[in-house]
Amino acid sequence: MTIANQQHDVDQADGNIQPYTINFGPQHPAAHGVLRLILEMEGELVKRADPHIGLLHRGTEKLIEHKTYMQALPYFDRLDYVAPMNQEHAFALAIEKLLKITVPPRAQHIRVLFAELGRVINHILNLTTYALDVGALTPALWGFEEREKGMEFYERVCGARLHANYFRPGGVHQDMPVGLAEDMYYFADSVLEFINDMDSLLSENRIFKQRTVDIGIVSKREALDWGFTGPMLRASGVPWDLRKARPYDCYADMDFDIPTGTTGDCYARYLVRVEEMRQSCRIMKQAIEKMPGGPVMVDDRKVTPPKRAEMKNSMEALIHHFKLYTEGYHVPAGETYTAVEAPKGEFGVYLVADGSNKPYRCHIRAPGFAHLQGMDFMSKGHMLADAVSIIGSMDVVFGEIDR
Amino acid sequence: MSVENLENLGEYIDASMQAQILKKEMHQDELCFTVRREGLRRFLTFLLNDANCDFRQLVDVCGVDYPDRDERFEVVYQLLSLKHNFRVTVKVRTDETTAIDSVTSIFSAANWYEREVWDMYGIYFNEHPDLRRILTDYGFEGHPLRKDFPLTGFVEMRYDETQKRVVYEPVQLAQDYRNFDFISPWEGMTAVQLPGDEKAAKPKIGAELLEKKAQ
Repeated sequence: MTIANQQHDVDQADGNIQPYTINFGPQHPAAHGVLRLILEMEGELVKRADPHIGLLHRGTEKLIEHKTYMQALPYFDRLDYVAPMNQEHAFALAIEKLLKITVPPRAQHIRVLFAELGRVINHILNLTTYALDVGALTPALWGFEEREKGMEFYERVCGARLHANYFRPGGVHQDMPVGLAEDMYYFADSVLEFINDMDSLLSENRIFKQRTVDIGIVSKREALDWGFTGPMLRASGVPWDLRKARPYDCYADMDFDIPTGTTGDCYARYLVRVEEMRQSCRIMKQAIEKMPGGPVMVDDRKVTPPKRAEMKNSMEALIHHFKLYTEGYHVPAGETYTAVEAPKGEFGVYLVADGSNKPYRCHIRAPGFAHLQGMDFMSKGHMLADAVSIIGSMDVVFGEIDR
Repeated sequence: MSVENLENLGEYIDASMQAQILKKEMHQDELCFTVRREGLRRFLTFLLNDANCDFRQLVDVCGVDYPDRDERFEVVYQLLSLKHNFRVTVKVRTDETTAIDSVTSIFSAANWYEREVWDMYGIYFNEHPDLRRILTDYGFEGHPLRKDFPLTGFVEMRYDETQKRVVYEPVQLAQDYRNFDFISPWEGMTAVQLPGDEKAAKPKIGAELLEKKAQ
C-alpha cells in the first residue's frame, strides 16, 4: 500500500483537513488479484472508494466472436479460474438451448457432481484466504490441502487441474475413470471434517468476529438494487438460488437446502458459504448415488465428435471428426440469456447466434463485477482495515471481473 | 415460472406500455421487448414498480453491434423478478451519435454496466453520474467490441530498457492474423441453389451467409 498523495496539510484559512488519497493495490495481497482501489480517507475512515478494474482485461468476448463454438469453450475456464467448470456449464447450457438438444442423464449427473465440487473448492479458497486477510493463518494452511484433493479429481476426470475444458455442449468430454466416483464419495465425507474444524476455529473466534461482525452491512433492498447474487444476496436474507428457482440439468432431483443470513454483514456471508459447502457435499453424494449408466454425450454426430475407435473403421466418422474440429457446428440463429448458480453468484451468458459456426456476440455476466461495484457504498464510513475485510467477503476473482 | 404465465405477462406488459414498445418477441421461453429510446426509463420503471411484474433486479446490461443496420447498436438489459421468477430482456437501438438515457437512477447496478457499454461500444448515456472507461487501459483509444475494430488492435506495449518505462507502438505482427472462412458451399447441398433446381426445396442454412460472402 503506498500513499500516493499526501495532502494532509491543514488548510490554514478554514481549518479543514484535506482527505488523504490512498492507492491500494494493484499488487497488494489483500486485493485478491489486480484490484487497484483509490481510497479517499478522512483520518482512518473511508470516505469514498473507487475501484479501478480492467488490469486483467484480455478481451475474452472479442476473442470468442472470432472462434468457433468449440474453440470458445476453454476461455470460460480462464474467467473464474478458482472454479472453472461452473463457467463452462453456463456456456454449454446456452449452446444446448439454441441447438435444442438434451444432455443424457449420466452427463447431467457428472456435471452436477463437478459443479458442486467446484463450489466446495471455491469456498475453501475464499474462506481460508479471507481468514488470512483478517489475521488467521491456520485455515489457509489446512484448507489448501483439501482444495488440492479437489483439484486432483479435476485432473483425473479431464487431465488438467484448472483449465478443464470438460463440460462440452452435448454432455461432458469423457466418462469418469473407474474408481473416481468412490473416491469422490469418500472426499464428500472427509472434507466435512475439515469444514467442521474450520468452523470451530473461526466461527466463535473473538478476533475473527471482531473483524467481520457488523462490517459491510448490505440490506435486502440494497442487495437487489445493486444486482447482487449468490451468497452476497442470500446473506442479506433473500432465499434465491437458481438451482432451486430455475433448476438446470438434474438439480431438480437433488435434495438440498438454501442457507440464508439475517444480518447481511461480512460474518453472515462467511456463515452462508460454510453452510453452502455442507449442502454441496450432500448434493455430490446424491449425484453419485443416483448416477445412471449410459452415454455421456449426445449421440448426434453433427454436434459431438465420434469415438476414436469408430474413426479407425468408419470413413463417415472420420469426416465428421474432421468437420467438427475445423468448421465446427453451426448454431441456428437466435439468442438466449442462460445463467447458472456459480459459486460466486449468477454467472450468465448472453449469446447471439447468427447461424454461422461462430458466436455473433457472447456477453459474459460475471457476478463479481456487480459485487465489486458495491464496494463504494459498503465501505463508506468504515476503517481502512475493514475495507480489506469487505473485499475478502465479496469473493472477487479478477479473471471473471475483467474478462 | 411456466411459459404460459410468461406469455400472459408479455401480453399484459404489451397492453400496458403499448406506446413505448416497438416489438415483442419470444425466443423459445424467453420474453424480449424492443422499446423506444425515449421510453426506456418509463418502461423500466413500470417493470420495477408494477405489482404483476416486480422486476427488482437489473442483472446485466450489454451492447451488441450490427453494422449493417441503420441504427447499428443495440443495448440489451436483462431483468429478473425474484417474486414471480421471471426474466425479461429489454432492448434499445441507437447509433454512434445518439445517446441513451442512463437508468442508474432506477437501478444502481446499471452504473458499471453502462460504463462498460460506453467503453466497449462508445454509446453515450445521458445523465450518467460517472461515465468513464472501465475495462480498457488508461488512455485507450477506440471502442474494441465494435465489429470494425480489429481483433489485433492498433497498438502494442513493451517495456523499453533505455527509457525505463512502458512504451506503446503500432502493432507489428510477424504473421498476419488469419481468419479462416470455414463456411462451405457443400454443406449437404442445402445452402446452394443449383441451376434448374428452383422448383425443389429452397436452400436452408447459411444462404444469407453465402450471399454476404459473395459480395
